[in-house]
Amino acid sequence: MDIRSMHFVERVRERLDDDELQRNLKRTRGRNAASRAAAVAAFSDFDAVRQRATEIRRSVLRDLDVWLERFEAKATERGATVLWARDGEHACELIADIAKRHGVRTVVKSKSMVSEEAGLNAALEAAGVRPVETDLGEYILQINDNEPPSHIIMPVIHKSKEQVSELFARVHGTPPKTDIEALTHEARAVLRPEFLGADMGLSGGNFLIAETGSVAIVTNEGNGRLCTTLPRVHVALTGIEKVIPTLEDLSTLLRILPRSATGQALTNYVSMLTGPKHAGDPDGPEHMYFVLVDGGRADLLGSEFEDMLRCIRCGACMNHCPVYQTVGGHAYGWVYPGPMGSVLTPLYQGLEKAKDLPHAATLCNQCGVVCPVSIPLPELMRRLREKQVERGLRPWSERLALRAWAWVAGRPKLYALATRIGVRYLRWLADGRDRIQVMGLAPGWTAQRDFPAPAAKTFRELHAERLRAKSRGGAR
Amino acid sequence: MSGVAPGSRGEVGLFVTCLVDLMRPSIAFAAIRLLESAGYSVVVPDSQTCCGQPGYNSGDSEAARALARKMIAEFESFPYVVAPSGSCAGTVKVHYADLFADDPAWRARAEALAAKTFELTQFLTDVAGVSAVPGRFSGSVTYHDCCSGLRELGVKAQPRALLDSMPGVRRIEMRDCEECCGFGGLFSVKYPDISGAIVQRKCESIRGSGAYAVALGDLGCMMNIEGRLRRSGDALTEVIHIAELLAGPDGEGG
Repeated sequence: MDIRSMHFVERVRERLDDDELQRNLKRTRGRNAASRAAAVAAFSDFDAVRQRATEIRRSVLRDLDVWLERFEAKATERGATVLWARDGEHACELIADIAKRHGVRTVVKSKSMVSEEAGLNAALEAAGVRPVETDLGEYILQINDNEPPSHIIMPVIHKSKEQVSELFARVHGTPPKTDIEALTHEARAVLRPEFLGADMGLSGGNFLIAETGSVAIVTNEGNGRLCTTLPRVHVALTGIEKVIPTLEDLSTLLRILPRSATGQALTNYVSMLTGPKHAGDPDGPEHMYFVLVDGGRADLLGSEFEDMLRCIRCGACMNHCPVYQTVGGHAYGWVYPGPMGSVLTPLYQGLEKAKDLPHAATLCNQCGVVCPVSIPLPELMRRLREKQVERGLRPWSERLALRAWAWVAGRPKLYALATRIGVRYLRWLADGRDRIQVMGLAPGWTAQRDFPAPAAKTFRELHAERLRAKSRGGAR
Repeated sequence: MSGVAPGSRGEVGLFVTCLVDLMRPSIAFAAIRLLESAGYSVVVPDSQTCCGQPGYNSGDSEAARALARKMIAEFESFPYVVAPSGSCAGTVKVHYADLFADDPAWRARAEALAAKTFELTQFLTDVAGVSAVPGRFSGSVTYHDCCSGLRELGVKAQPRALLDSMPGVRRIEMRDCEECCGFGGLFSVKYPDISGAIVQRKCESIRGSGAYAVALGDLGCMMNIEGRLRRSGDALTEVIHIAELLAGPDGEGG
């Protein structure tokens, strides 16, 4: 997917001015957070499981190559083909080749964020293959002129049912309806023949299990199961970091993923897919492929950003982020929004292409607190800010202001003088009122709120006066 | 507590914080009154300035390290260091050691300082065991949990316990009291539109609580919330630092 993160500020302004989007954000705000809170409260063991989940993901990353090789050996033994993709573009080439080899005309897709990273749909279309998104949210976006998702597990959370109704009426040529169940039935009627007629099913993968060579897929709609069992060919597309050692590890992670994501104890479907159909199997694909994408992940191993690879894509960070909840996912400009996106986008796409994202956070650490695998997201954003400073990617005015502040603050006498002058300047601006409404030094501040006027003197001055008065009093 | 003679429990170094020094000296004087009434003698090192948080959060670690060294040298001789701010105390307590990851000598000094540094209400409750305060406040109060104090230091029950010890205070919880106010230091200046929308929600939560006043422990957040309330035409809701509320009026004025 093309990146537009460099236009973050403009994109934010557009979204804040979009009344319909703001209404939709307001309607869903806090809903997932509340569901998660209820699920965590009802689960006595949550912190212990969170720690175990963190340790599973941490230890697998320490020997990622070993686990991937073990996975490859096991998956191959079970009859699947494992292909390694350098990046998204390479993944698209590999999948287009598979499609060609098996004479594929239509691909039914269940949700895959790596497919968004790779821009797979456009690549398939260019290769003469028709992709059909079957996750309801993704389907809505696809028929809306390939609109990108705004959330990693609820791709269409930014739309109202009225907007979907209008879209369905326009695209399907049916009478408008706003009953959600009726809308779902309508999509189902369109999609059912696609499942039956498709030559290939493409899925993502929540986890790859090394000891069995399986992919685990966690869904709520059942489309994932249809995509991976009905067509002749199944391709599981995911990132190389998704491997875990054992089924036991899977059970730990499954206890924490849906609770963190939607507050569910378990999703409606958990599918484990291992190799193609074997003799005697009633169903399943004839051919199974894994396309495992690096796309910048291997570079993070052993780096100060390795913690980010633990991510299990639950979306809790964005569900709890005050910034995401204010501007929505599209403002971030690439595949991954919210705190995890503000870390991943610059790492996968380049620091200079997403300069704003690591700064577009108040560092409130609500994301770090709810992350099921304990990723210190605010700290990673701060380290990205450090990288930007090191590489001279911040505006000179900001660097100068910070350096000047540190220089003055390192010299107490000069600092005392500067703050004395500063206070008097602000008092002059306030002009006898208790607040300042326009301030040239920080126009951003006063665009949104008043700046309270300071007291007449600094603490340092007043404290010195009091100490002097006391010592005079003591001498008397 | 009121029976404890000032200074009988030892010395506390007060880190005023740059924002309080510059904007609201009354908060630091309130902190002094609270610490003295809890039996401590308060020393305010004259050369103190800024803990380095702006540089640290902006990715300028070099600048942050210089100020951290200065702060450590100024305060490491005290048995306790107290700041009327969760975010400044948090910088010392949680982040200083990281700044000196490659410098064992300074790292050890940073860790030693971190161990004895506290946010004001945390110190009063957890260390001093204060259960009554000198302030006399009458009315309903809602408490906003500032992010660093809450999520870095675990300041949650302490300010509430102190508020509940005041007979005139009727404490009301606002909706989403743990949600960020949108200040975020330089965030509020770099992304004013987003910050403004977030603080607007916070103001609605505060007004929705029906409380007469909102109390909180960080001046940055306080200026953000107060500035937005006033801009949006609310001249009535009082925004008050927890130190001033707990300490009551300053006998010496100023």
